[in-house]
Amino acid sequence: MRPQSAGNSPEISGSERSRLATAGARAVTLAQLSSQPRGDRFKGGIFLALLLFAVAIALLGLVAIIVQAAVKGAPAFGMDLITNGPSTLNPEQSGFRPALLGTLYLILGVILLVVPLGVSAAVYLEEYADRTRWWNRMIELNVQNLAGVPSIIYGILGLAFIVRGPLDLGFILAAGSMTLALLVLPTVILAAREAIRAVPPSIREGSLALGATKWQTIRRQVLPAAIPGVVTGVILAISRAIGETAPLLLVGAASFVTFAPTFFGDNGYTALPVMIFNYAARPQDEFRVLAAAGVIMMLIVLLAMNSFAIWLRNRYEQQW
Amino acid sequence: MVGESRVKETLKDRAPEEQSEQAGLIQQISVREAAPTEVDPWAGEKVFDLEHVSVSYGSSLAVNDVSMTIPKNEVTALIGPSGCGKSTLLRCLNRMNDLIPSARVDGEVLYHGQNLYGSKVDPVQVRKLIGMVFQKPNPFPKSIFDNVAFGPRILGLGDIDHRVEKALRGAALWDEVKDRLDDNAYGMSGGQQQRLCIARTMAVDPEVILMDEPCSALDPISTAKVEDLMNELKEQYSIVIVTHNMQQAARVSDKTAFLIVEMDAAEGNRWGQLVEYDETDRIFTNPQDSRTEDYVTGKVG
Repeated sequence: MRPQSAGNSPEISGSERSRLATAGARAVTLAQLSSQPRGDRFKGGIFLALLLFAVAIALLGLVAIIVQAAVKGAPAFGMDLITNGPSTLNPEQSGFRPALLGTLYLILGVILLVVPLGVSAAVYLEEYADRTRWWNRMIELNVQNLAGVPSIIYGILGLAFIVRGPLDLGFILAAGSMTLALLVLPTVILAAREAIRAVPPSIREGSLALGATKWQTIRRQVLPAAIPGVVTGVILAISRAIGETAPLLLVGAASFVTFAPTFFGDNGYTALPVMIFNYAARPQDEFRVLAAAGVIMMLIVLLAMNSFAIWLRNRYEQQW
Repeated sequence: MVGESRVKETLKDRAPEEQSEQAGLIQQISVREAAPTEVDPWAGEKVFDLEHVSVSYGSSLAVNDVSMTIPKNEVTALIGPSGCGKSTLLRCLNRMNDLIPSARVDGEVLYHGQNLYGSKVDPVQVRKLIGMVFQKPNPFPKSIFDNVAFGPRILGLGDIDHRVEKALRGAALWDEVKDRLDDNAYGMSGGQQQRLCIARTMAVDPEVILMDEPCSALDPISTAKVEDLMNELKEQYSIVIVTHNMQQAARVSDKTAFLIVEMDAAEGNRWGQLVEYDETDRIFTNPQDSRTEDYVTGKVG
């Protein structure tokens, strides 16, 4: 009731006036802050919708594959899947045992080869290589490019140099390991370099200032601090190697192997993706079901490995 | 006097038993210096003799023609404005500049008469005798114990437990950390971390400790602790400290060197130049050079 008389009332008090003035100022500020044009709000909404749509497409694809494989493969889930080998005589009890073991052996071989080679190469490039020299820059550039080379090319390389050619190992599992190791080596080198580079120079200086040699500093300070990053990189590279099919086909992974493989035995070996490929191409329905179940099994293996990598990274991540 | 031949020997390889001998020697010297005689402050024994030392990175000069002597068992401060090359000069004294591929040192850095940049000198051995504490505390990502034990372990020194305790006591840190030696050093406060880095350096029994603005990342209370520590440390070690805090130089040092930035207007080059080097009291109360006076009285810089 007061405001309408406030303007011309002579007996209005000073405090009343200042209260009115603040209220007015507040209203003006609110009007400025809330005056977003309708068009802007609309455009913002459209943009957000587009973003959500993009995310949905990506997720939908993944979910569709998983659901389809799970539904189709459901009848084959069971211990048979990991304890039995393939059999054309009774397909409904067939499993992936040789393929699972083959993949495990392959990966074991890859780890044994790729960790020492990758870490050593990364230590050289990060700690020793003089970047002003052209050959070191060329090595760096090539490692980065190699990480993007299609895997079939590594398959041909493995066939020409490891299975035949200079090494002449024949179509054995170790040759498959070596080919896959070559395939993921650049990725491991890049990840290890990243981890080594993340160790701050002040740690190296502190160690060297105590009279440690360069090698002692790398061995006792830099590498231990870089281990979590290196391991994470190795696991992620390995999970790429698990899914590779093309190079393995070239270096002798047979598609129908009924017995457990050995590293150097020459009576054949297989791997999960190769086996899935083979099962999916067979006419019998039982094998297609098996292929779907195999897909789920591979996804579980991959998910487990990636989760482990993430856990490891979070657990040991160093805040400098 | 420490014989030149002995220093040569220690530069190549130092056996653990030699260190106790050195400690005894240091004690004798400090006893001698404590004698109440009015002597020339420059008469004491020297650790470093810099003769026309210039440092350049690639083709650009960083420090030009510095000649000075650094006395034993004293605190020598290097002060000056930013970019005057005081840290660069400090890093020459234990060959940390070697880590920068383009760095070149001309002139001679004599350590007990032996040129540190001589062809037979191994920088790793130099750093065993001349330790360094850095601007930002840089503990290793390990336990407190392992931080201090790292040096003795890699140098193959014996009785690690005893050494670690002695070093931590020496750095006035023992009482604060004795119950949590296995905790990660990153859980300590900044001031504790810096004292840990000092303890780490002391654990390998160097003769000289170089400190590169050791308090610049610390609060005033931690700074006071580190400064107190320096006063105690100089009984056993010779200390060279770089600081941009003039009050700190005045409080802790016996000798002070003042460097400035010289500029070549024609070519736009900048480099550090030693202006004056004298007893700290004289630098702050009666400087010989007007540029020093302007700087210490706060007219410039």
